[in-house]
Amino acid sequence: MFKNIGLKILTFLFVSSFFLLNAGTIKIGALVSATGPASFLGDPELKTLQHYVEKINNEGGVNGQKIELIAYDTGASPKKAVTFVKRLISQDKVVAIIGPSTTGETMAVIKFVQRAKIPLISMAGAVVIINPVKKYVFKMVATDRMACQRIMQDLKKRKLTNLALISGSGGFGKSMRKQCKEVAPNYGIKIVADETYGKKDTDMTTQLLKIKNNKKVQAVLNPGFGQGPAIVTKNYRQLKIKQPLYESHGVASKKYIEIAGKAANGVRLVSPPVIVADKLADSNPVKKVALAYKNEYEKAFHTQVASFGGHAYDSLYAIVDAIKAEHSINPQKIRDGIENLKNFQGVDGIVNMSPTDHLGLDTKTGMVLLDIKNGDWSIVK
Amino acid sequence: MLKRYNISQDIIVLAILLFIAPFFFQNDFIYEIAIVSLLNALICVGLNMLMGYAGQVSLGHGAFAGLGGYIAVILSSNYGISPLFSIFIAIVTMAIFAFIISKPILKLRGHYLAMATLGVGIIISIVLNVEDELTGGSDGMSVDSFSVFGYEFTDSLQWYILCAVLLIFTIWMFKNLINSPFGRVLKSIEGSQKAANSVGINVSHYKSVVFVISVVIATLAGSLYAFFSGFISPSEASFSHSIELVVMVVLGGLGRVYGAIIGAVILTILPQLLTSFEDYQTLIYGAIIIFVMMFMPKGIASLFDDIKRRLFAQNK
Repeated sequence: MFKNIGLKILTFLFVSSFFLLNAGTIKIGALVSATGPASFLGDPELKTLQHYVEKINNEGGVNGQKIELIAYDTGASPKKAVTFVKRLISQDKVVAIIGPSTTGETMAVIKFVQRAKIPLISMAGAVVIINPVKKYVFKMVATDRMACQRIMQDLKKRKLTNLALISGSGGFGKSMRKQCKEVAPNYGIKIVADETYGKKDTDMTTQLLKIKNNKKVQAVLNPGFGQGPAIVTKNYRQLKIKQPLYESHGVASKKYIEIAGKAANGVRLVSPPVIVADKLADSNPVKKVALAYKNEYEKAFHTQVASFGGHAYDSLYAIVDAIKAEHSINPQKIRDGIENLKNFQGVDGIVNMSPTDHLGLDTKTGMVLLDIKNGDWSIVK
Repeated sequence: MLKRYNISQDIIVLAILLFIAPFFFQNDFIYEIAIVSLLNALICVGLNMLMGYAGQVSLGHGAFAGLGGYIAVILSSNYGISPLFSIFIAIVTMAIFAFIISKPILKLRGHYLAMATLGVGIIISIVLNVEDELTGGSDGMSVDSFSVFGYEFTDSLQWYILCAVLLIFTIWMFKNLINSPFGRVLKSIEGSQKAANSVGINVSHYKSVVFVISVVIATLAGSLYAFFSGFISPSEASFSHSIELVVMVVLGGLGRVYGAIIGAVILTILPQLLTSFEDYQTLIYGAIIIFVMMFMPKGIASLFDDIKRRLFAQNK
C-alpha cells in the first residue's frame, strides 16, 4: 500500500522538478494551434515566434534580458487552451501571453488572464474579443466586423445586393456571421440564405445545394477559417455555382489555395496586407515592415508567407516595445505599455492603442481586397 | 468504532497521504493536476465497479460525465440555480436517464454492449456540439464559480480538500459495497450470467443498479470538474474522453480498488509531463501505454502484488 502512494509522490516530485526554470529571462507564453483543424493558422505563428525570439536574443535581447518563449500547442481545442493558459500563468509564470490562434479558444481563456492580471494579445479574428474592452486583453488582427464592412462595400459597388452566408460554426465563423448580418443593412444588402457547417465537417454540398437552388442569391460569403472554407470552395466549384464567392481573412494563406486547388481561382477575399506585401504601392506605410517580414519568413522557412504569421510578429513586437517603453517586465507595466502603443508599425497595419480601443488597427492600412488568379493573389483595384 | 463503519487500514493510509500531498505542491498548476487526477479517479472508481466487478464494459462514461456537467452548468449559469442544487438535479436526471437506457442496453453483452454505450456516448457528444444556443457549441461555455450556501470555492486548496474527501468517501462506500452480498452478486455476474440467473439472482436488476451508481459518480465528478475549471466544452463528452477513462481503469488494474486511482493519476499527469517532447508527445504516450499493457496485462496494481509476494518470500 505504501509503495503505490510513494510512487505517486515520486511522480509529483518528478513533475515539479521539470518546471524549475532558470530566472533572469523574460518569459513570454504562447498558445498556438500548431496541429489540428486550425493548423494553418498556428503553424506559421509558431514558426514566426520561434524565429523572431531567436533573432531578438541574438541581437542582445530586450533591455539586456533574453526572451524565453514558452509555447504550447492547443490543437484548436478550447479545453486544452484553458489548461495551458493556467499552466502558463501559475507554473511558467510568464509576463505576457500571445495567442490563442482562434476566437473560441481566446474567449475560453479570457477569464483566466483577467483574473491573473497577465496581458494577452490574441491572434484571433472576432470583434467580441476586444469589444467590450477587457483590461488585459488586446488584439491587433483586423476584426470580422471590419472584414464584413469591406466585403459589403464591394458588394454594393458591384450591385450584388442578395447575399447568401455559409458560415463555420466555430467561434470566428459564428461571430463573423453575426457581424455581417448586423452591418449588411447599412450597405443595403439582404441576407437571403444563411447556412452553417461544423468545425470538422468534410463535405458541405448539402448546404451549398440549398444556396444554389435559391434563385435570389447573387453572391455567397463564407465566414470561417481553416480547412472548412477550402472544402466549401471545392464543393462550390463541383456544384458549378456561378455567383461570385467571397472569403474572409480566415483563409489568407497559400495553404488555402493549395488545398482548394484550381477551385480557389476566382475567389475574392479580404486580407491583411502582408501576403501581398511586394505588390503594395510604395506609398503604403505598411509596405516596409510587411515586405521585410515576408522576405525574412520566406528565406528562413522556404515557404510562402501566410497572414497569420504576421499576427504573431506584431504581437511579439508589441510586447517587446511595451517592455522597452516601460523599462519593466512587470505584467501590469507591460499591459500599460501595450495600451499606450502609438503609431506602432506592424505587419498587419498601423496600430494606435488606447484605453477604449484594444485593437487600435487603422482600417485603411489593415485590410486589402484580393482576387485569386492562377493560384496567386492579385490586388483588386 | 472503526470496525463498525468498516474503515479499513488502507483508507486511513490513503487519507493520510492525500493530506500530506499538498505540502509538496509548489503552485496552482500542480494543484490543478492533482484535482483533475482526483476527479478522474472518482469516475474510475465508479467505472471500475461496472467494468471490473460486474464485467460490463462502458465506452460512454466520458459522455455521461460531460452531459451531467453540462446539465449542472446550464442550470446554474443560465437559470441562476445554486451550483449545489443544480449538481443535485443533474445527478437525479442522469440517474433516471441511466436507469432508462440501462434496461435495453444491458441486455447486450461483450462487444455489443460496448458498441451500444459507445453509440449513446456519441449521440450525447453530437447533441452538445450542435445545440449551440444552449451549450455554446464546439467552443464550449464558461462557468460561474462554485459556492455552497454562500461559501465560495476560489482557492485550489479548497477544491483539493473537497475532491479528496469525496474520493475517500466514495472508496469507503465502494469497499463496503463490494464486500457485501451486493458485491458478491456482481462478482457472480462477471463470472457467468447464466449461472447467476440459475441461482435466482435478478441479473438485469443488479446490472442496472451498478450502472446507475457508476453514472451518478461520473455525473458528480463531471459537474465538479466543470465548476472547478470554470469552463466546459463538448470535448469533455467526447469519445476520446470515454476511451481515456476506460484506459485509466484497465491500465491501473481491472477490478482493483486502487488500480483505478493509480491509472487515473498516471494518465492525468503523463500528458502534462510529456509536453516537453512536443511533436513526439502522442507517440511516447502511446508507447508507454502499450509497454505497460504488454508487461503488466493485469494493470499497474498487479506490480505491487508481485513486489509484495517477493518481499514475503524473502522474509520467509
